[in-house]
Amino acid sequence: MKTLTEVIITVGRIEQAELMRWVDLGWIAPSRSPKAEPEFLFSDVDEARIHMICDLRQNMMVEEDTMPLVLSLLDQMYALRHQMNALTSAIQEQPGEVRDAILKQLKATSSRNQDVG
Amino acid sequence: MSDDLYETLGISRDAGQDDIKRRYRQLAKELHPDLNPDKPDVAERFSEVTAAYDILSDPEKRGQYDRGEIDAKGHERPQQQFYRDFADTPDGAKYYRQEGFPDDEALHDFFSDLFQGRGDDRRSFRMRARGADVAYNLTIDFLEATKGAKKRVVMADGRNLDLTIPAGARDRQTLRLKGRGQPGFEGGEPGDAFVELHIRPHNIFERKDNDIHMHLPVSPAEAMLGGKVSVPTIEGAVTMTVPKGSNAGSTLRLRGKGIVDQRTGQRGDQYVHLKVVLPKSADPTLEDMLRRWQTDHSYDPRDGWGESG
Repeated sequence: MKTLTEVIITVGRIEQAELMRWVDLGWIAPSRSPKAEPEFLFSDVDEARIHMICDLRQNMMVEEDTMPLVLSLLDQMYALRHQMNALTSAIQEQPGEVRDAILKQLKATSSRNQDVG
Repeated sequence: MSDDLYETLGISRDAGQDDIKRRYRQLAKELHPDLNPDKPDVAERFSEVTAAYDILSDPEKRGQYDRGEIDAKGHERPQQQFYRDFADTPDGAKYYRQEGFPDDEALHDFFSDLFQGRGDDRRSFRMRARGADVAYNLTIDFLEATKGAKKRVVMADGRNLDLTIPAGARDRQTLRLKGRGQPGFEGGEPGDAFVELHIRPHNIFERKDNDIHMHLPVSPAEAMLGGKVSVPTIEGAVTMTVPKGSNAGSTLRLRGKGIVDQRTGQRGDQYVHLKVVLPKSADPTLEDMLRRWQTDHSYDPRDGWGESG
């Protein structure tokens, strides 16, 4: 966990006012204790997300107004991806005949969808 | 992969600065690893493109590169930690935009709900999920950390969180309170609360591992003649014998007066560094005595001092 100052130094391409704005907008969600010092603590995932938003805003020139759309899509994708990984690893834990049955069903479902489309 | 930066970006050598910027923006959108979590190889390509852009977007560095003064190598940025590498960790779940099934138990419930719901296609599917974890910071006094304490934290939703600080707690140690996070959904388990400790420094004691270090002021007489002095420890004052002829800076050890190790239960020691302190106001009797003593018993405290070795 890093404090506000520490994370600004390690990221190296964002100013405090801008980062606080992202926190206010809910783009970054550090752990927060309003009555304690330090008030904010940034984890590794928060820091990596600051880098990602810097890349989107500074390098890809995504407008601030467009950012909620981009982040919402990314967050939905990562949530679905997480669920997909959880399902996949659950299926992998199954005995061979169960895995085969699931695979067979998936093939049937996808070919049915292809017929429709 | 190419050593030629222009080839890396896929532009001609006479491309203008605006073209370079436009091309990089286009490639970044295509190749950014966080936008392509299921393509492992884009990270390397993205780093190459970014390194090429770092040089070519700077007219001065671009000139040096064109004249062969610098090459494509050795200008890479330090390896960036991409969001995609953290998004699937438990901490990454706080950013998910939907109520998922973040652990095995919830997944189990997901399957049982799924099978029970068969035959009723219009039944709206409601997922049981564990509540979110919450994190707090708590600043405590040095002695609360060494001796252990009971503390209360007021959480964001106004609830109180009572917690026991274990004796020997360390700065930045995180305590986990199972089930004290956000409530679960549809009967799911509540999340956990994580409390990170921050320890205020003490004005006398300093902690090094499980030992306590402190500086104890003594009078010249106590240092020269020895005697019993009262020394504060983390568990109250104890009497300690200063041996006769103790020099300023001597270190005495109080065995077992340090901090209890959280794992082994063994206690550290307290190290007392002596600091000789002269009387606050000038003392003519003492000065007079020292003057007479110095004439008869002169010695050079710097004898052999400062020589090589």
